Amino acid sequence: MMHTILTLGFAAAVIRITVPYALAALGGTLSERSGVINIALEGLLLIGAFTATMGAYFGHGAIAGVLGGVIGGAAFGALYALLVVTLRGDQIVCGVALNLLADGITRFLLKATFDSSSNSPRIDAWGDVGTRLIALTVVLVALFHAVVYWTPFGLRLRAVGEHPEAAASLGVRPARIRWVALLLAGALAGLGGAWLAADQRQFVAGMSNGRGYIALAAMIFGGWRPARAAAACLLFGLAEAMQIALQAAGVGVPGWAVQMLPYVLTMVTLAGFIGRSHAPRALGRIDDT
Amino acid sequence: MKSILPPLWATLIALAAASALIIAVGGGPLAVYRLLLAGTWGNGYGIGQVLFKTTPLIFTGLSVALALRAGLFNIGAEGQLTVGAFATAMVGLHCAHLPAVVAVPLALVAGALGGALVGAIAGALKAWRGAHEVINTIMLNFIVRAVMVGVGAHLFEREQIHTAPVAASAELPRLSRFIPGLHGSAANASLFIAVAVALAAWWLVERTRAGFRLRAVGASPDAAATSGISVPRVQFFALALSGAVAGLVGANFVLGYKHYYEDGFSGGIGYMGIAVAVLGRSRPLGVVLAALLFGTLSQGALAVNAVVPKELVDVMTAVIIFSVAAAAPSVRRRLEAAA
Repeated sequence: MMHTILTLGFAAAVIRITVPYALAALGGTLSERSGVINIALEGLLLIGAFTATMGAYFGHGAIAGVLGGVIGGAAFGALYALLVVTLRGDQIVCGVALNLLADGITRFLLKATFDSSSNSPRIDAWGDVGTRLIALTVVLVALFHAVVYWTPFGLRLRAVGEHPEAAASLGVRPARIRWVALLLAGALAGLGGAWLAADQRQFVAGMSNGRGYIALAAMIFGGWRPARAAAACLLFGLAEAMQIALQAAGVGVPGWAVQMLPYVLTMVTLAGFIGRSHAPRALGRIDDT
Repeated sequence: MKSILPPLWATLIALAAASALIIAVGGGPLAVYRLLLAGTWGNGYGIGQVLFKTTPLIFTGLSVALALRAGLFNIGAEGQLTVGAFATAMVGLHCAHLPAVVAVPLALVAGALGGALVGAIAGALKAWRGAHEVINTIMLNFIVRAVMVGVGAHLFEREQIHTAPVAASAELPRLSRFIPGLHGSAANASLFIAVAVALAAWWLVERTRAGFRLRAVGASPDAAATSGISVPRVQFFALALSGAVAGLVGANFVLGYKHYYEDGFSGGIGYMGIAVAVLGRSRPLGVVLAALLFGTLSQGALAVNAVVPKELVDVMTAVIIFSVAAAAPSVRRRLEAAA
């Protein structure tokens, strides 16, 4: 059994599962460090997968596809920022609505464009963009970890998420920082969606399939730190790949028990039973600053 | 008056957004809306189906609304109703020797307890560990989904994704038995249970001491604590109660329609409860009206599907929620400025 796990194929499976989690969790981390709850990650992934598919299909290439995913995600990030930062709508309500909108509009446009209620045609234009996206993901995690902790922007981001009034009194504009954070979150999750579309070589209705929520869980489990959140994604990806491998090998591990692992771990962490995971202090609260 | 304006505006904005989409795919908005109305309120079957789809939305809308009145966000109605409906089905199928007056309440209590159990987990973690209920209720939705896969493997009928049917004495009658005009629709007596629960919720929140404490904690936990209210206890009971109400959803699908629990029967009713509660301003009457609107849209989606993709309705729903959510704070600020 050990040898099924120590193969290259298994490592590839772990990475395949981890990439979209990591990108969405990274986006979620940036958003929440600025003080904005982001339960819209699921919808952002889905929109990214759809616009990436459209990009690859109509732009006849992987680059157009990746750009499509990033732009689509950022556009939805902008919509979310407009609703919760500029108009100060409730973040939970708008997040739920954004997820519903993403699901509805992708199905609507899928039918209107390809006359199918389930999936787009197969798109071969994606080529082997996957390996490059893996490398890009690693770079982005490292980059944004550095940005959050070692740059003036990161300092402002964290300040706005912890104590917006104090940040504002020092001349930082919380609304502007949050807009940037949400645009980045959208772009990153959109890139995660592009990965899904490229990996499956097509768009499938509802294909984000709860991944955004796993990313949310990983972000919390990782204590709202980019590198740790990515490590949590890797852990969740490992568990999932292990379950698939064990199931294929006929070993009787109930799949549902492994499936609920990320969520249980997150609840246990959040309750402070294994070390405390501190949320940004101003999370969910947008005041007149 | 001012409280019904934002929902009205929201509906108008949603109609405008939907019209744009319809035009974009080459359709005529007015023709689509006429079709939507004809397929819902235009005939007996349509009306029955609207009522059938409204019923569970009343339960989940009330569930979310009750928690909101205590200042808590229950995103977990989906998981709570799943466990509740399953419990209703399991108890209902063991009621063969009981008369209906015992069997139906027993199955409903089981549903409420099932939902309350899930809600109480998030409630306890919020009350005594300070863990955010939004995250925990989301996590619980997925934990329930996973657990139901394991449970289903043992308790569903062979090669099926549903349980054995409940005893005949636990079934709720279709409304078409009393109103022949609704013939063929799945509307059933659980609608009356939903309305009764809405009335009970109004009475509880507005007319009892417990309701006063609930509202006090919702308005300001600090002020409530200063005046001697145990905030953790209220939060715990609010989420447990919220779960219990969501757990009653099985009355409609299990007892009134299919007579068994089926995997994935909800199709997102729990999440729609958030839309219902927000549009209904967390007031029982508002929730019932909002549930009727979304029930109409949900049935109307099927009526227009031949002309435009039925997901048009999901887009409209999302736009309605956005508009209410984004309008609410600016409306409040304007009123404060005027005062």
